[in-house]
Amino acid sequence: MSDHSTSVFAQIARAPEDPILGVTVAYNKDSDPSKLNLGVGAYRTEEGKPLVLNVVRQAEQKLVNDPSRVKEYLPIVGLADFNKCSAKLIFGADSPAIQENIVATVQCLSGTGSLRVGGEFLAKHYYEKTVYIPSPTWGNHPKIFTLAGLSVKTYRYYDPATRGLDFQGLLEDLGNAPTGAIVLLHACAHNPTGVDPTLDQWDQIRKLMRSKGLLPFFDSAYQGFASGSLDADAQSIRMFVADGGECFAAQSYAKNMGLYAERVGALSIVCKTADVASRVESQLKLVIRPMYSNPPLHGASIVATILKDSNLYNEWTVELKAMADRIISMRKQLLEALQARGTPGDWTHIIKQIGMFTFTGLNAEQVAFMTREYHIYMTSDGRISMAGLSSKTVPHLADAMHAAVTGVA
Amino acid sequence: MLSTEKSHSKREAIGFVKKVGSGGDQSGGAGSVGIGFLSTKSLNQGSDTKEYTLHHHFALDCVAIPKITISVMASISLPSICPSAALSFQDKCKEKTKSRSSSKSVFSVKTKSHGQITMAVAVNTSRFDNITMAPPDPILGVSEAFKADTSEMKLNLGVGAYRTEELQPYVLKVVKKAENLMLERGENKEYLPIEGLAAFNKATAELLFGADNPVLHQQRVATIQGLSGTGSLRVAAALIERYFPGAKVLISSPTWGNHKNIFNDARVPWSEYRYYDPKTVGLDFDGMVADIKAAPEGSFVLLHGCAHNPTGIDPTPEQWEKIADVIQEKNHIPFFDVAYQGFASGSLDEDASSVRMFAARGMELLVAQSYSKNLGLYAERIGAINVLCSSADAAVRVKSQLKRIARPMYSNPPVHGARIVANVVGNPDFFNEWKEEMEMMAGRIKSVRQKLYNNLSAKDKSGKDWSFVLKQIGMFSFTGLNKTQSDNMTDKWHVYMTKDGRISLAGLSSAKCEYLADAIIDSYHNVS
Repeated sequence: MSDHSTSVFAQIARAPEDPILGVTVAYNKDSDPSKLNLGVGAYRTEEGKPLVLNVVRQAEQKLVNDPSRVKEYLPIVGLADFNKCSAKLIFGADSPAIQENIVATVQCLSGTGSLRVGGEFLAKHYYEKTVYIPSPTWGNHPKIFTLAGLSVKTYRYYDPATRGLDFQGLLEDLGNAPTGAIVLLHACAHNPTGVDPTLDQWDQIRKLMRSKGLLPFFDSAYQGFASGSLDADAQSIRMFVADGGECFAAQSYAKNMGLYAERVGALSIVCKTADVASRVESQLKLVIRPMYSNPPLHGASIVATILKDSNLYNEWTVELKAMADRIISMRKQLLEALQARGTPGDWTHIIKQIGMFTFTGLNAEQVAFMTREYHIYMTSDGRISMAGLSSKTVPHLADAMHAAVTGVA
Repeated sequence: MLSTEKSHSKREAIGFVKKVGSGGDQSGGAGSVGIGFLSTKSLNQGSDTKEYTLHHHFALDCVAIPKITISVMASISLPSICPSAALSFQDKCKEKTKSRSSSKSVFSVKTKSHGQITMAVAVNTSRFDNITMAPPDPILGVSEAFKADTSEMKLNLGVGAYRTEELQPYVLKVVKKAENLMLERGENKEYLPIEGLAAFNKATAELLFGADNPVLHQQRVATIQGLSGTGSLRVAAALIERYFPGAKVLISSPTWGNHKNIFNDARVPWSEYRYYDPKTVGLDFDGMVADIKAAPEGSFVLLHGCAHNPTGIDPTPEQWEKIADVIQEKNHIPFFDVAYQGFASGSLDEDASSVRMFAARGMELLVAQSYSKNLGLYAERIGAINVLCSSADAAVRVKSQLKRIARPMYSNPPVHGARIVANVVGNPDFFNEWKEEMEMMAGRIKSVRQKLYNNLSAKDKSGKDWSFVLKQIGMFSFTGLNKTQSDNMTDKWHVYMTKDGRISLAGLSSAKCEYLADAIIDSYHNVS
């Protein structure tokens, strides 16, 4: 008879809270009315509320009202229409790669799931098991790839001195990578820094990578959300596809369609030939089946409904641009507020950086000060989510930053 | 300017061959990369003309361009890529010559005696060209084959998805009501916590253990929402791999086909315990107990909570007690896969009795749950992994580690299915409706079992005992047909089933029982 004091799980230690999600936990505990949550990257309206897009509600209504809809298992690779539309969205509707059938696209669980499935596939089938990730990068990247069976190295990316891109460092590090190594690239709106290469720099990166046979693995979590234009935000990926080389692309609809909790995304692998693509797809199924069998229907149906309907699609682009514009306006307002206060330092990186996040350049002590004295919740690396700001709260943040910069080393 | 490395070895340079544009322009063109190797043969000693044979491992389009320049970007010897690749390279090249238009380019170049070889040849090769086409999934592939069949008589008894008498998929009425309610409420789509929807986790543990179960009051159960049964099993497997290194999982012979894949991909070793007895088309109980007893102490024993898949054969309550005895004796850890709670007998409580009995003995255990069948939520991927620990403290620690496994797999689970379950279970009217619909589904399956049995007994004059059809429970029946006989079912009768002889009764209509009986009798007696 088992004794309640002994456990086979006795040796299992308690894991720490996730660092990013832990910020929200702390925020929720704070009772101060001026508190501000600039931690997790989920869009908020000017009123500080989560947003479900109108087109999403319309799509859901359509789906619920359709009597012919069933909940049968999707194929292992997911919803076919969703896969087709996702590939068109990221590569461009007239992409020759799509027309030539050289793209294998599988529905996955948002960005994380797409990266994990791609990583496991590479660990199983690719001879080079090292993936280079930028420094810094989203906290979950190294864990995803390590658990997928790859070994993780970094390449220089962020330059704290300029609060911009360490381009020379990037080229050097990629130049020193072993031939054929996998390289993770943020397609746009780098997380956490908001620093993106220019198109010209992208082209140089491309040439270097192609000359060394490095395999690009794009993480596209913000298409349309960064600049407001779906096409502009996909330029980097399309540039690589246009040169005929192979690449991986993980897509997420969490932010740009506000489908966070539905876990909708896709992994596309652009191959040399249609034959390779079809074999690759068959092997992707062997990765997915023992992980979760087949992907969830609801979110993918919403996306497919929107992308296939030109009215809904157009409405979506308008709502998407509005979200991107609001964030861009927050950037401008924050910069102006800091300049108005005469806060020492050059803060123009706030408007040069792009996407949901700003890497302020504040250090951990300054961040702790801001949390203590001003109830600002953010990650200790100095990252703030612009999506969590509003016109009303910008002054409070600017006050906090000013105090931190002038008062705390 | 061309020069060559001094080397006498046959396989000189293996590396990346860069495609250069026609004008020798380094920056343009498609920069395609491939793996090939060069073997060399000096035409005569000391000559500075060498004949190079470029063996393309993936020779597809070999375009000759006016200026023949190959840049060998790296010289890596074959064996360093991977030993098996080295052995098979030559063979693969031989194979390739059969199917490809050209797998070799032979050219002569004038060379200097020192330095790197620089020649460029346009090569369109894929780094994934050596990937083979995977076979179709043995279970899910059946439906694909069924779709392709044009015969009017065709019957899909492959995948375990419930069908109505009209052989249509079925969305439960209560599910539609819940979805309408959810849409009216207009809830947001913010990320769920890594562990999933709290209301769902509470409801699912209560459904499984019983709302009044002391283990719940004592907070000894760590529950996280998972991606249906598969996803929950996979997360649990990852927990085993990480915290019980070397521990084996014992799985029944046979078991659901995907179990092995899950443990393989999670790198958890497994071995089988006897389960199905082909002689009786029943449970090999003594074999099962003996094999569990013989396993190393502290193994995980994968048990089907009810409605064993693929056989439909469940232990009796007395047998369950004995199984629990031997598991406790060996300090094994029970690991239940509960995919059919409520769907097997029609009663949620009855179908959970095996799990509850083990819990009542104070045992620690794992349980993976799925709502695919009992709530018809197949495509929504909703389930849970529960770990019953001996203390609340252990449950807290275990839950934190389950989250740590989920985060790099999918970050947090999908909300839609979880909300449906929480709404159905949380609303007394919906809950009662659900129980009725579940009884209806289980009832239909029982009735086609009966009709199939009646037809088999009536039509088969050999005296074979077909009563196992009635004794088995749940969606599936193990017919006892072997692979060849199963193939006959498909090829001659257009009855689609899995090669292990499993048929899904959920896909059988009353109207088709007679036809199916004929097919089974024919396959059993006339095919070996």
